[in-house]
Amino acid sequence: MTEATAGATTARRILAEGFWWRTPGLASLIGLCPLLAVSRRLAAGLALGIASLAVITASNVLVSALGRRLHPRARLPGFLLLIAGLVTAVDLLFEAHWFDLHGEVGLFVPLIITNCLILARAESFAASNGVWRAFLDGLGYGLGFTLLLAGLGALRELLAPGLLVASLPAGALFLLAGLVAVRQLWLSRRAAA
Amino acid sequence: MSGRAEKPLTRHDPASAHSLAGSVAGLAAIVLTVVLLVSVAWQYARQRITANETGRTLAEISTVLPASLYDNQPHLDSVLLDTGGGRLLPVYRARWNGAPVGAALTIIAPGGFVGPIRLLVGIGADGRVLGVRVAAHNETPGIGDAIEPGKSAWLHTFYGRSLGDPPALLWNVREDSGEFDAIAGATVSSRAVVGGVRRAVQYFATHHDEIFAPLGDEARNGMDSPP
Repeated sequence: MTEATAGATTARRILAEGFWWRTPGLASLIGLCPLLAVSRRLAAGLALGIASLAVITASNVLVSALGRRLHPRARLPGFLLLIAGLVTAVDLLFEAHWFDLHGEVGLFVPLIITNCLILARAESFAASNGVWRAFLDGLGYGLGFTLLLAGLGALRELLAPGLLVASLPAGALFLLAGLVAVRQLWLSRRAAA
Repeated sequence: MSGRAEKPLTRHDPASAHSLAGSVAGLAAIVLTVVLLVSVAWQYARQRITANETGRTLAEISTVLPASLYDNQPHLDSVLLDTGGGRLLPVYRARWNGAPVGAALTIIAPGGFVGPIRLLVGIGADGRVLGVRVAAHNETPGIGDAIEPGKSAWLHTFYGRSLGDPPALLWNVREDSGEFDAIAGATVSSRAVVGGVRRAVQYFATHHDEIFAPLGDEARNGMDSPP
């Protein structure tokens, strides 16, 4: 089971799994709170997406490196502490480098700790896989979430001048529902073909 | 969901066998990593964040008080005063050779469409408005956010106005039989801003001594009771 024999195919599969097949927010409806609240503008969505991406990738790597020998009952506090530390660090870097965006998105950066996606990947994948695989898994899910946040942000920013509802929270919900529907349609077409 | 029938990506991992020693070592490693990580990030970010905050305050002040007007550093020369909202808010004093030439008042204007609107109002020594900036608001994007400095020139309507120009009775949006045009479609947001600027002008006219109390006069700071 060496990492070396895992091969590029497996690596691609792990990446594709999180990025496309199980995109958080699109395929599995988790992480919706930041998704709907922050996706008003492309820049804001992208910034929170990148922050989440950094946290989930680092959390996966560290959980795989440090947490694999933890007893299942010691995992929750251990992983939460780790994720909280990562989020704090990312929040500080965010405020140091994207100060203006931090003012806009700021509230939702610390809330990344509560994004169940990150704990879920730590518990269900990183805790039982090697560092490289855990890294790819975090990268895949993180990129999927970032793209969705940025995409929804871009869509809302684009539509807002003509379609007021797009800039309101309700509009985010409708647009997301639309995206989920399009994805389902594509999947069913593909299954039928 | 994805409708695929492939073997699961997770598999048995002998490294995940648990023992008490393993748990303790793992938790200790996590704690150490977190402490290290957060301290490094804090060391790295602390000064940058402070510089960012100072920079933002400076930038905001300079949009409401022309920098050619003063030779002091208003963001370091500030007092906390209750300008009428029941909260102590910073007032930045501009001086030339130590003599007061104006001030930037922070005002929390109630009654925005979505909560209060935070304003910074620059006023010259003669009581005339030199600039107004909306520092924070939650107004509806596409409608009420036209009060933002970058989105419309509406805030310029206040330039040069003072207490009595227009008289307090007319210091309202036109919809309230006042003199100021509201932004089309955003009467509520405009009304809140107009009211906030009026309050700043009134406060400046009636509290000149408190505003320009010498720096370090702690008796003034925090002791001001609401009128």
